[in-house]
Amino acid sequence: MSFISLGPLDIAIAALLLVLNAVFSMIMRLNLEKRMAVAAARMVVQLVLMGLVLKTLFDLASPFLTAGVAVFMVLFAGREAMARQTRTFTGWWSYGLGTTSMLIAGAVVTIFALTTQVRPDPWYEARVALPLLGMILGNTMNGIALGIDRLLNGAARERLAIESRLALGHDKAQAFGGVVREALRSGMIPTINAMSAVGLVSIPGMMTGQILAGIEPMEAVKYQLLIMFLIAGGTALGVMGAVLGGVRRLSDDRHRLRLDRLTPEKGKA
Amino acid sequence: MLHIDNLSRPGLKPASFTLKGGECIALGGPSGAGKSLLLRAIADLDPNDGRVEIDGTSRRSIPAPQWRRMVCYLSAESGWWRDRVGDHFTETDAALALLPDLGLAPDTLDWQVSRLSTGERQRLALARVLLLKPRFLLLDEPTANLDPESTERVEGLIKDRLKDGVGILLTTHLAAQARRLATRQLMVEGGSLSEVAL
Repeated sequence: MSFISLGPLDIAIAALLLVLNAVFSMIMRLNLEKRMAVAAARMVVQLVLMGLVLKTLFDLASPFLTAGVAVFMVLFAGREAMARQTRTFTGWWSYGLGTTSMLIAGAVVTIFALTTQVRPDPWYEARVALPLLGMILGNTMNGIALGIDRLLNGAARERLAIESRLALGHDKAQAFGGVVREALRSGMIPTINAMSAVGLVSIPGMMTGQILAGIEPMEAVKYQLLIMFLIAGGTALGVMGAVLGGVRRLSDDRHRLRLDRLTPEKGKA
Repeated sequence: MLHIDNLSRPGLKPASFTLKGGECIALGGPSGAGKSLLLRAIADLDPNDGRVEIDGTSRRSIPAPQWRRMVCYLSAESGWWRDRVGDHFTETDAALALLPDLGLAPDTLDWQVSRLSTGERQRLALARVLLLKPRFLLLDEPTANLDPESTERVEGLIKDRLKDGVGILLTTHLAAQARRLATRQLMVEGGSLSEVAL
């Protein structure tokens, strides 16, 4: 393998580009230099910490610790998915819906990949499991956030149409059908777009990393394909779970539209 | 017979009354007093407490969609979910037969919903409800946006339904309309219901 290791000095030189950004920001009075500095500092600290955590995890090779970190990742992704919404459910559902969907989709797809395709030994090896889960979660989180956002805003916007249908004796599946399909579509379309653009517009980040690490391009391509399929599957599962779970909460056994279970729209800055 | 016993919900104190088949009750009261809340609660569109029965059968034992086809609520503001008017009607022939009674042209069904005036929407929404042939009608300001001629047509249709034995509860701001159609009047004020002389 022709792997080129980087020294701290190499990274410091690359960071010089950021100084250029800051100078540019000051000349143009963009007022971004402080935010840029904080963001860059956060990035450095977060990534270094992550490296240390991952190194420790790989060395310890404990299934329980690996599972613990995986759960932590899911909880954090759930929080992020919730924060991106302009409207959420009230109470526990606001956080629980996205997080539960992500937990199930992430676990199913990651374990499926670990046990049937990648098959490290042991199957839960952190070096393989956590990066896989991370990539699946990142994309599933996007889809779920979009899907729930569309569902809740769609239901609020289409209130008159939905309630008219309910009042005419349509059941909740009919009355919510249009909004649910819209939400499912918007959750899945980014993944479909990503599949059609990949390889033409950009070399995917993971593939770039593998190629830089000295892996044969065709080997990297195979990994990238595997990951894209896993992402597509995970996103579909997660979006489906979140949207169908959400519409259950938006209605009840008497086929009502329960907008009282939503928080008011967050102020759009 | 539609029997309402201690029906309550946030914004509405326990209300009780009976609506017979062929009877029309006018529901009055200031805006925001809870008239629509009462109609919605009877149609079971919002969470509510109390007993509602149709001919002695509890509402709870009837699936909600089936209940709403028997006791049909027409909101003051209508909702539409397709672009073409006709796509909101399941029985096109019956709809075509009803349009002239509402003063609407036969080609209305081919129009785009976005092109409709408020009054046209209101009349088409009424047609949608009437075609279900419900046993009881809960009408929320059915003539609010209509000119005198259309109002007369709608009142005529309401009277026809009363003759057929349909029980009707309708909200109205117009004392004259209440007298023309109803035999009893209920008032909602500050969320509580009381019967007043017509």
